[in-house]
Amino acid sequence: METKEWVRTASVDEFPANAGACVLVNGEQIAVFNFAEENKWYATQNQCPHKKEMAISRGLTGDSNGTPKVACPFHKRSFSLEDGTCLTDEEYQLKTYPVKIEDGYVYIGLV
Amino acid sequence: MKKKIVLIGNGMTGFRFCEKFVDAGMNVDHELLVFGEENIPAYDRVHLTSFYTGTSADELLLAPANWYHDNQITLKSGDRIAAIDRNEKRVISEHGHSYSYDILVLATGSSAFVPPIPGIDKKGVFVYRTFEDILAIKKYIPKASKASVIGGGLLGLEAAKAVMDDGLKTSVIEFATRLMPRQLDELGASMLKHKLESFNLDVFLNKSTEKILGNGKITGMQFTDGSMLETDLLVISAGIKPRDELARSCGLEVHPRGGIVVNSKMETADESIFAIGECVVVHGMVWGLVAPCYEMAEVLIANLRNGQREFLGFDLSSKLKLIGTDVASFGHALSEPHLAKTIVYENKTRGIYKRLNISHDGKYLLGGILVGDAEEYNMLKQIVNSKIKLPENPEDLILGTRGGGGAGIGIADLPDEAVICSCENISKKAILNAVEIDGAESVPLIKKCTKSGTGCGGCVPMLDDLLTFSMKSRGKEVRKVICEHFGYTRQELFDLIKIDEIKSYPELLKKYGTGHGCEVCKPMAASLLASIWNEVIAKHDTIQDTNDRFLANIQQRGLYSVVPRMPAGEVTPEKLIVIGEVARKYDLYTKVTGGQRIDLFGARVDQLPDIWEELIDAGFESGHAYGKALRTVKSCVGSTWCRFGMDDSVSFAVEIEERYKGIRAPHKIKGGVSGCVRECAEARSKDFGVIATEKGWNLFVCGNGGTNPRHADLLASDLDKETVIKYIDRFIMFYIKTAEPLTRTAKWLGSMEGGLGYLRDVVVNDSLGIGEKLEADLQKLVESYQCEWKEVVNNPELRKRYRHFINSEEIDSNIKFVALRDQKMPAK
Repeated sequence: METKEWVRTASVDEFPANAGACVLVNGEQIAVFNFAEENKWYATQNQCPHKKEMAISRGLTGDSNGTPKVACPFHKRSFSLEDGTCLTDEEYQLKTYPVKIEDGYVYIGLV
Repeated sequence: MKKKIVLIGNGMTGFRFCEKFVDAGMNVDHELLVFGEENIPAYDRVHLTSFYTGTSADELLLAPANWYHDNQITLKSGDRIAAIDRNEKRVISEHGHSYSYDILVLATGSSAFVPPIPGIDKKGVFVYRTFEDILAIKKYIPKASKASVIGGGLLGLEAAKAVMDDGLKTSVIEFATRLMPRQLDELGASMLKHKLESFNLDVFLNKSTEKILGNGKITGMQFTDGSMLETDLLVISAGIKPRDELARSCGLEVHPRGGIVVNSKMETADESIFAIGECVVVHGMVWGLVAPCYEMAEVLIANLRNGQREFLGFDLSSKLKLIGTDVASFGHALSEPHLAKTIVYENKTRGIYKRLNISHDGKYLLGGILVGDAEEYNMLKQIVNSKIKLPENPEDLILGTRGGGGAGIGIADLPDEAVICSCENISKKAILNAVEIDGAESVPLIKKCTKSGTGCGGCVPMLDDLLTFSMKSRGKEVRKVICEHFGYTRQELFDLIKIDEIKSYPELLKKYGTGHGCEVCKPMAASLLASIWNEVIAKHDTIQDTNDRFLANIQQRGLYSVVPRMPAGEVTPEKLIVIGEVARKYDLYTKVTGGQRIDLFGARVDQLPDIWEELIDAGFESGHAYGKALRTVKSCVGSTWCRFGMDDSVSFAVEIEERYKGIRAPHKIKGGVSGCVRECAEARSKDFGVIATEKGWNLFVCGNGGTNPRHADLLASDLDKETVIKYIDRFIMFYIKTAEPLTRTAKWLGSMEGGLGYLRDVVVNDSLGIGEKLEADLQKLVESYQCEWKEVVNNPELRKRYRHFINSEEIDSNIKFVALRDQKMPAK
């Protein structure tokens, strides 16, 4: 799917390193993750599909066999940040968004 | 042309059929059309009671609705089949639609058997079988005060527990002379009865109901022996009745006592029609447990694919926890004396009953019963099923050998083909292959690799034993390493952090770990760093679990709760007013906790610093309710006011709570101080408890409430205050240094070699010579304490982290409240 619109959110230094934060983009809650060592960024929906809590951005980040992931703080379901698949429970899925950094700002791509 | 299979029934057996249909790739040349009578797809009926206690229906679904579609299965829920036309090979639904089939599978299950008692149709009489039944009971509960359950079998007792937990005085009425007559003998059943009665459940045996009393709705029951029982809610759980009406109406053979007759290949007399699950009679009986029904589904799938499998009967052993009591029966549990010799152990003081049935030649175990303690269940079941020769003193199997050593039969003695996981039918050999050939060297990996342990979970302890056995036999060490990022145990990392003076997680990961870490090692490392250096944990916010990251407990809707410390539950009127004012200003739901303090619920993340600023200004500190740290030291009123008090428990509890506040540990720590043996502070349910005596203080350790309650053990008696503090210092520090992550002191002691004797040696007798060191390490933590909320409130950088959106001032629109008894709660 092609990115139709890039939305500027906040400056890079507003985001915590090696953790998540939540941004509001066109009324939608989006969780943004910054893997600072590799300068890699990921974005997913903020709502955990398990109990529908707006919580993904407050989850602990890390990796599972090299796949970057986040664990929902509520019941510890882990999701791949690359494609949003749930690594612990196949039936759940997170929507992911492209992220780019320009002029020191974080942009989220909408399709 | 694809062959058309019509499956009537979308219960657990029907779903298993669907699952195996997909696994076998049968959707390539078959169409599968499934009819379910209930409005939702198949769910886990075995765990119906968890629906009663609050698990959502969605969570109990065996697969989400779209699973069927994704696997090219057509599911019609809420569409009942009303008739079968065998000549035309089609089924007709209630709505009058007709569907043709090449193969018809009946998995219509069973319904609750309702005895024909006059008045049974009155309001307030329920069965316990489906989600709808449960919702109906729940709705009726507020109108009721005294509940009864007809049926003292497995399901009846479960239903009784559920309504009893809803606050109703509950009685169980059983027609037979004992509870669980299919699983237990007289002695075992009577032990269970005593146990249940001690939990306030009334049990009436040998009672047959003559009629239900009441005008329109139930008000009582009249029994054939002339007695009566007042009751305004009745649950009937008197057994099951196979749903054979469809089969009956189309002329298929049914058993005189109910049930569609099939042979061991699950075939009916009609070559196009098969039947599986609780609706059938095979080998002369109805099989009312899930495992044999699953087996039938698998047999049928194999046979539809030209296999020649037969259902050969099934092990009906079962183990369950009933109202806090383990109950298990296995093999031929109720063997008659001419068939077996028995070994019986009965301990009325502890509520334990064990029975083994042994063949007359003394060589084999035939079956048995366990009540009150069923720890040996897995092994005993294996000994029966694998026909293992018994040791010389078979009583050791239930009593342990007196004089040390194992009981003679261990995991090593099981034959390769022994079925370890009966839900998924996985053998010992298959599990060992997974460990030794596929490298599944942890229980989660074994589960993933073999699917064992993923059903009822009962075999998981055996998977662990098999893993340890295999590793040891190959000279490999079994180490409880933290996770894939750290090949170290918690204790090893504790030492490494200390010796290398590591002060941050990235430093630790770089030096001793790999990858980016995860939700297991990050909070564990955070806890270690705090236990060793005691820096303000807000410095390491991004490696903390969410509660420690925001220094508050996350609740429904991502709201947080606020708990200021109130040492020993003591509070001045002035401070109480401040709490009330803060709660009113921020509109927080207010409740007194079990730890004698006040919890304020419903704060948004951005409100937390403001709320704490006001509390801190009034002299409050963090209560660490969010941390794996000291929570509270509960106290009774003590000798200052109480006419029974032996000593001033409140002052001592305040002193202890102030001393250990803020200290991070492998898990939360709770304490209690009682002023006399009446124990109003419930100190013996705490990690450490102190109780005043005539001669000083008794110190108890490693108690626990929660899921596995445990009374604390006496560590030392008649101590003065200084010695109590000294021992608690040593105890806490020894715990911090040696426990596995997220292990409470009770569990820590449970797995400690040498047990309480060893712990007493270390703490009281200083057998390792580390007493002073432990005290000094603890003293350092006491001296470096700072209130972390104070730190956050006064630091603008830290305060900035408390917001929901980093690019907007808007508040999370997902948060909504509804009214609740003059306060509020989150809207669902």
